[in-house]
Amino acid sequence: MSLGINSSSVVAILGSNGSGKSTFVKACLGLAPIHRGTVSIFGTEFSHFKDRDRLGYVPQRIHDAMGIPATVSEVVESGRLSHGWLRRFTQEDKEKISHAIEVVGLKDRENDSINTLSGGQYQRTLIARALASEPDLLFLDEPTAGVDLATQNVFAEALKHLVQGGTTVVLVSHELGPLRPLIDRVIMFREGRVSFDGSPDAEAVDSHIFHDHPHSSSKPAEGWQI
Amino acid sequence: MMFFEFLEPAFMQRALLAALVVGLCAPLVGIFLVQRRLSLMGDGLGHIALTGVALGFLLQTNPVATAVIVASIGAIVVELIRAYGKTSGDVALAVLFYGGIAGGVLLIGLSSKKSNVNLLSYLFGSLTTVSKFDIALIVVLAVAIFFATLLLKKSLFALCHDSEFAQVSGIPVKLLSMLLAVMTAVTVTIAMRVVGLLLVSALMIIPVATAQQISKSFSGTRILSAAIGSFGAVSGVITSFYFDLAPGALIVVIVIFLFISSIGFSAYTRRRSLRLQVR
Repeated sequence: MSLGINSSSVVAILGSNGSGKSTFVKACLGLAPIHRGTVSIFGTEFSHFKDRDRLGYVPQRIHDAMGIPATVSEVVESGRLSHGWLRRFTQEDKEKISHAIEVVGLKDRENDSINTLSGGQYQRTLIARALASEPDLLFLDEPTAGVDLATQNVFAEALKHLVQGGTTVVLVSHELGPLRPLIDRVIMFREGRVSFDGSPDAEAVDSHIFHDHPHSSSKPAEGWQI
Repeated sequence: MMFFEFLEPAFMQRALLAALVVGLCAPLVGIFLVQRRLSLMGDGLGHIALTGVALGFLLQTNPVATAVIVASIGAIVVELIRAYGKTSGDVALAVLFYGGIAGGVLLIGLSSKKSNVNLLSYLFGSLTTVSKFDIALIVVLAVAIFFATLLLKKSLFALCHDSEFAQVSGIPVKLLSMLLAVMTAVTVTIAMRVVGLLLVSALMIIPVATAQQISKSFSGTRILSAAIGSFGAVSGVITSFYFDLAPGALIVVIVIFLFISSIGFSAYTRRRSLRLQVR
């Protein structure tokens, strides 16, 4: 497959489980090996790409409440490390962290342990962590899967905020939900290949959402390339 | 001064200093191991350190120094297996760990016979045998670990909390994992004179498990676990002076007691806050 994504656009990648959408995002971020072909980000081949602060990532996450306690702001702080992982945080860093927490509506939970958060609140924390680095290109893997409508709306607001600032967003999802008005382009995956690429208003998008059961078990495609 | 008589012998002054710095540093490294679910890493590296101790006996040089070197090399190998070995990584680690013990026992067999008694002091800790060179090495390495964990606190947290995110953020995850493994190896070896190789991992893990019952933040857990570790180590050494018991075992019993108390404390506060909410 060959895909190009223009800057300042919001692209949704749809597809059923195992269609290769998460693998696609991981390959774009250097987290999954690529058998053949290349990934270029901002015109630079990924292995030579150094401006990591331009890149944001919200991973697909099952909330795990058993680890060492950490507060919401401690987790969001990690987002600023892409600007330099060995330096001390400046006042600017602290402001960005605080702002990111505010954008996702967790200001009152800032100093609470993530172990006490609901699944949706934890997802918002991970979104704030990505926002804190102020990326130019943001990848989101199933950001709204299994979260309540309140979180989905908060998320749509945060996304609007980012897009207005010129950020390019690539999000993987089963469905569009409240995000639909923000999306410029939909790419649908089926068995590791692009089965549709076009406007979110196209009929094919609706037929995917209504007819393709999100948990249908098509096997992951083997050895596909970008 | 009857009360401070434990401070009089020079070996006790050295043992207490060693206990203080080791008790402080072990949880500072251990917290990242717990977070990464590698709690038994310290145990495994302790096995490998035994070969280092035996090598020191054989070469008639300082066993702490050789143990630091051998355990650090072992840590790098373990980390490489973890990063690049896939299905057999688990088995390879087991081979390395048991190889460490076997190698240690064999090398000691090759050196002089009287070191078998000495070996026990490395396995279970000993107060009287901490030499001036040992204490100098322990303090220097402990200070290095203290500042390394302080400097790398945020990056190590990011790595252990979510390694994929850390990688995307441009944090050198392989290098940091390697560094964490080497810091674990160094902590194990400097702690072995006080706690003993067989119990050293307890001092890295249990204070962290205790602190996490009480604290709700990572930095709080970090500071509290270091305080619990140094308190447990120092009070264990003092108690062992009066009752002539192995310090390592006493230290571990003390931190386990604190751990059980913390579970009780956290259950009590949870129930109390629930009751307050209901009212």
